[in-house]
Amino acid sequence: MKIVVDFDLCQSHGLCTQAAPELFEIRDDGFLYILNETPPEALRGKLEKAVRECPTAAISIEE
Amino acid sequence: MNPDDRVVVVGASLAGLRAVEALRRDGFAGPLTLVGAESHRPYDRPPLSKQVLTGDWDDSRVFFRQKDGYDALDLELRLGCPAVALDASARELHLADGARLAYGGLVIATGGAPRTLPGPSLSGVHVLRSLDDARAVRQALLQRPRVAIVGAGFIGLEVAAACRKLGLSVTVVETLPVPLAGVLGRRLGERVAELHREAGVDLRCGVAVAALRGESRVTGLALSDGSEVAAELVVVGIGVRPCTEWLESSGLALDNGVLCDERCAASLPDVVAAGDVARWHNPLFGETMRVEHWTHTVEQANAAVARLLRGPGVEPFAPVPYFWSDQYDVKLQFAGRVRADDDLHVVVGQLSDRKFVVLYGRAGRLTGVLGFNAPAQVMQFRRKIAERAPFPG
Repeated sequence: MKIVVDFDLCQSHGLCTQAAPELFEIRDDGFLYILNETPPEALRGKLEKAVRECPTAAISIEE
Repeated sequence: MNPDDRVVVVGASLAGLRAVEALRRDGFAGPLTLVGAESHRPYDRPPLSKQVLTGDWDDSRVFFRQKDGYDALDLELRLGCPAVALDASARELHLADGARLAYGGLVIATGGAPRTLPGPSLSGVHVLRSLDDARAVRQALLQRPRVAIVGAGFIGLEVAAACRKLGLSVTVVETLPVPLAGVLGRRLGERVAELHREAGVDLRCGVAVAALRGESRVTGLALSDGSEVAAELVVVGIGVRPCTEWLESSGLALDNGVLCDERCAASLPDVVAAGDVARWHNPLFGETMRVEHWTHTVEQANAAVARLLRGPGVEPFAPVPYFWSDQYDVKLQFAGRVRADDDLHVVVGQLSDRKFVVLYGRAGRLTGVLGFNAPAQVMQFRRKIAERAPFPG
């Protein structure tokens, strides 16, 4: 499983950092960083929550 | 609810779509119907007052799923067909085309309808809620009108920002002395007002619209202070009323929305509500509230479905409301629930900057956070609000 973020769509709302703090971080520059692009299966639930809660539908999962 | 019974979701916007998605995700395998008043497939509203108005987006981008994207949900999609009544004793929903739909579980997600000004309707006067509204306003903007906006809430101010981006002359009329004071507090409402004035908006607060000028087509506004505003386009953004008329004879408890308990359950069995139409008790703030924001709707649709499928043993729905607004070069993000006179504590930058973070507190408790262009911090404080953190910290 691989995290794909469309950075043209991402507006740094940061809801993903709440849903999956292990995987996403917004830094002081205001941009989103993916902390682990290929997360373990155990984090799938959190990642799917991040996908659902993104207001700009910028996150997707590539299997 | 019997697991083989039909679930009907009324309202095919964000809340309704997220509800049907949650039902399938949570394992509901029975028959499912999504009923929508508009003929459009579910679409996203936030871009309507931003990218769609400025023309940065083609409006076909607002749809959540393409036509074939509904196959996987295995549902009956009844669009262009509003619900007109609920017969709770027969567990039946009545639709505008005369059809009756039996349900075992019901999700009410009918949203809200924009309030309008009293008096006869004139062409050139618009509200902005639906895709059709946005298309009409966009068409009108292409004529490069002078624009008057009634109401300095988020919709009105986002339309103002879009118009200024297009180089149009904009006047905003607001009855309150400070815009957004109820949601951001007075001081920050003033800061937002300043943002618009700097961008060239003629923002007039503490004054009401006395009359619309024009015969069949609007030519402007007459204001309560005796002044006049010339405009070929008027956009009215004076709030939303929850769409509950169709429920008035149902016996369901209604009071500025469908009244729900802490778990989004309405007052009749196997009926839940989510989104702009739902007014529920949020135990985190000890307050019964109705919230009209995107993130809230997503969270509440999930909570309402959990309650419908799993019963009253589920966790109470106790979110920290979050919303954003894009105005000029400012991404405004807010989380919490504040009052006009909450105490303020600036933690990043200064209120006069384009980037700052300010915390709100009351009675020693953190109640809200507002950021201008500060996404790294807002979510951290949203978490702290959920943890009932002390204020000023």
